[in-house]
Amino acid sequence: MTEPVLEVADLRKTYGDLLAVDGVSFSVWPGGSLAIVGESGSGKTTVAKMIVGLERPTAGTIRACGRDRSSPARSTGERRRRGREVQIVFQDPYTSLDPRQTVERALDEVLRLHHGWDREQRRRRVLELGELVGLDARQIRALPRSLSGGQRQRVAIARALAAEPKVLILDESVASLDVSIQAQVLNLLADIRDETDISYVVISHDLAVVRQLTEETVVMWHGRIVERGPTPRVLDRPGHDYTKRLRASVPRPGWKPKRRNTAVSGARGE
Amino acid sequence: MIARAEPGVHLGRRSGLGILRATGPAGIGSAIVISAATFLAIFGRLLAPHDPNLGQLAYAYVGPLGGHPLGFDGQGRDVLSRLLAGAGTSMLGPLAVVVISIAVGTLLAVSAAWRRGAYDAVVSSGLDVLFAFPGILLAILAATVFGAGLLAAVLALSVAYTPYVARVLRGAALRERAQQYVAALEVQGASAISICLRHLIPNMLPLIVAQATILFGYAMVDLAAISFLGLGVQPPNADWGVMISENQSGVVQGYPLPALVAGICIVLVVVAFNVLGERLYEQAQPERV
Amino acid sequence: MSTASAANASTSAGPAGRHASGRALLEVRDLVVELPVEGSLRPVLHGLSLSIQPGEALGLVGESGSGKSMTARAIDRLLPPGARVRGTIRFDGRDVMGMEGPELRRFRTEVAMIFQDPRAHTNPVRRIGDFMTEALRTNEGVPLREAEHRAIQLLESVGIEDGPRRLRQYPHELSGGLLQRVMIATALLTRPRLLLADEPTTALDVTTQAEVMAILDELRREMGLAMLFITHDLELAAAVCDRTAVMYAGRVMEVRVSSLLHDDPLHPYTAALAAARPRIDATLPRLAAIPGRPLSAFEAPADACAFASRCPYVQEECGRRQPELVELDGGLTRCRRAVELRGTLGARRA
Repeated sequence: MTEPVLEVADLRKTYGDLLAVDGVSFSVWPGGSLAIVGESGSGKTTVAKMIVGLERPTAGTIRACGRDRSSPARSTGERRRRGREVQIVFQDPYTSLDPRQTVERALDEVLRLHHGWDREQRRRRVLELGELVGLDARQIRALPRSLSGGQRQRVAIARALAAEPKVLILDESVASLDVSIQAQVLNLLADIRDETDISYVVISHDLAVVRQLTEETVVMWHGRIVERGPTPRVLDRPGHDYTKRLRASVPRPGWKPKRRNTAVSGARGE
Repeated sequence: MIARAEPGVHLGRRSGLGILRATGPAGIGSAIVISAATFLAIFGRLLAPHDPNLGQLAYAYVGPLGGHPLGFDGQGRDVLSRLLAGAGTSMLGPLAVVVISIAVGTLLAVSAAWRRGAYDAVVSSGLDVLFAFPGILLAILAATVFGAGLLAAVLALSVAYTPYVARVLRGAALRERAQQYVAALEVQGASAISICLRHLIPNMLPLIVAQATILFGYAMVDLAAISFLGLGVQPPNADWGVMISENQSGVVQGYPLPALVAGICIVLVVVAFNVLGERLYEQAQPERV
Repeated sequence: MSTASAANASTSAGPAGRHASGRALLEVRDLVVELPVEGSLRPVLHGLSLSIQPGEALGLVGESGSGKSMTARAIDRLLPPGARVRGTIRFDGRDVMGMEGPELRRFRTEVAMIFQDPRAHTNPVRRIGDFMTEALRTNEGVPLREAEHRAIQLLESVGIEDGPRRLRQYPHELSGGLLQRVMIATALLTRPRLLLADEPTTALDVTTQAEVMAILDELRREMGLAMLFITHDLELAAAVCDRTAVMYAGRVMEVRVSSLLHDDPLHPYTAALAAARPRIDATLPRLAAIPGRPLSAFEAPADACAFASRCPYVQEECGRRQPELVELDGGLTRCRRAVELRGTLGARRA
């Protein structure tokens, strides 16, 4: 039996009195794809940030490629090694690239960080990565400002892949893209998974995107996992009330929005 | 391709000349005044037609003569020569203040924005305390400790200006810190120092330049005031602030020319720096989406 | 007036289409908008035409750069300074572009607008009550007490029960969904006849979106309010609007009764848009992505179909002439192959 490539156990995060993440556990297997579904404030993005080390868990353990990463890296070497284990692509294509850096230089910077290659090797790899995500040589030399949102998101994906990670976290990575571009990027992500043994953790509120990209789903609500299972089962026959409500809220042909008829109280409560 | 509004400070994508052109005629005019002042600061001493320190008391407060287009000061020294020779210290002082306060201010701002939390709180409240001390007060203090002179005045003003710089730049550093490319580089395993040096500070550079420019003008006025009070550059060294101070009595006696020309030089340079600085600052502001 | 517009519609097969029988509440014809960008004028709308009947909800769907938001801004006379506008906008028979002073103010009470980001359209230091009742008090001279009473009633109808307390709160004390409901209540306070809704639910969670849409739908029907609903979400527009107009690069490509939009679209772009979305009920082996990227209005060719470069049904002729918006099967379409392709573009074709 193979080891999970990413294992999260009993993860907890509090901000003062606020319990943002409470007892979250899941595993991702090599080549597998797991969705974390939930709405804003469900804690799904906090989980992602803890996995990549941008937030420190209050309690619980995170293991990637068999190594613990629950506490901050102690050395430069360890920090970079963690970078080669798990990578992330964020939501906003407009701030995810340094405006002063060409695509080429952004990719080269990451390659230099991880691989002891000479200039020629890195140059070749930059072109390969560009090809993998569908950017031509002209776009590789361009500054972010002359690229569209979809193209920038491809660059962000290429930059994450430059570290040759085992796990790629996609944090609402296609949410801000136009429908026609979103489809291109979703197809690209599927191709990359076919060609490599990479695993995905897809963080999304968009159930159709989740259906397209993942096999397993966990549903988060108020910091906890309220439902988990194979994606088709969770979406077609949701068990938890919240999942049912989420599923029923998705616009589709013949859908009519319904009022929940609940009184609203509490300052920010919804 | 449509140019989208991007958050962050992004002046650096244009060439230096392009930025200057965008500051308009007032900005370009200011740049010309500043260039001229800088030229005089470097070569002024060589251009002086007479010895700036040679006094001929017989000529005290004598008006323009042939070979002395601006006349003489109270000690019979050639005003034009003193003006040219004084450009050096008058410009060097503010330059030193700007370099020190921008360097320290940037360091504090970026480190506070990077580490946030308790460190940021300590730095910010420390700066708030410093804010309470006016530059002149610090200068008097410094003069009593180090003895009156340019060095004391420069140190005092650098300390007084640093909180101002740090506060403005901290906002920009926090904004840049929050950009997702910074988080992406952290996840890649890049070190904080390399991210700050290679990404954060270069992206803040337009704002830093604008700040430095505005500050230069303020520093010049403050240093002139300190010299006027006798705590800065010491006579008989030529300095525009010293020139105003030395020729006070001339103003009272109805011969204001030596003090006036020194004052005009200060005002011209200060206004030029302020106008250019403000224009650059406007351009360095983040574009709103 | 109504006969004139009906005659016009029948001769030119214009966009008033089948709804030309009664007088349209809003009639936009050949609207061209150009905005100043870096010293030159850039087109954002190329001769846009649409009409909304009293009480009707029209969806306006498009990708970024299609000009959908600019359409609403042009209708409400909210274009940035320096914008150049041609064409006609008629509201209840009155010429909107010629309005000034009191007439424009009255028009703005009859046409309300809600936006994607309610927080950007509220003043953070003013209380909700102030903000809600301002228009009533200043434009209609309604006394404060009565204005507040009406505000509380409307808050109740958008599902906010503790109105008196909410009126004393500041915008930052409310969540995004709650604030958007306040915005809807505020928009409805002046009893408008047309609501311009620009992506009002895009920033909200899915379950909150469903709730807000339900409220909007219910109130709209109760008050007989017409709505222009702008969104990038084809399914959402189709679900809540009577008809849906699909925009691309500054032009309307198709107008269709919403119930037919998905199964029987008239324009290849509409069909491609629907097919490109992943499905919630099935994992597809591959999404039918549209090649290339959406064209902005200013990039659109004048004498060719703007979608031609991405269209699977493209023929040489498509690159030579700008197709007209013509009536077909009760809808409108801007495709020269529409008749040939009718009935084959629907989602159930495969």
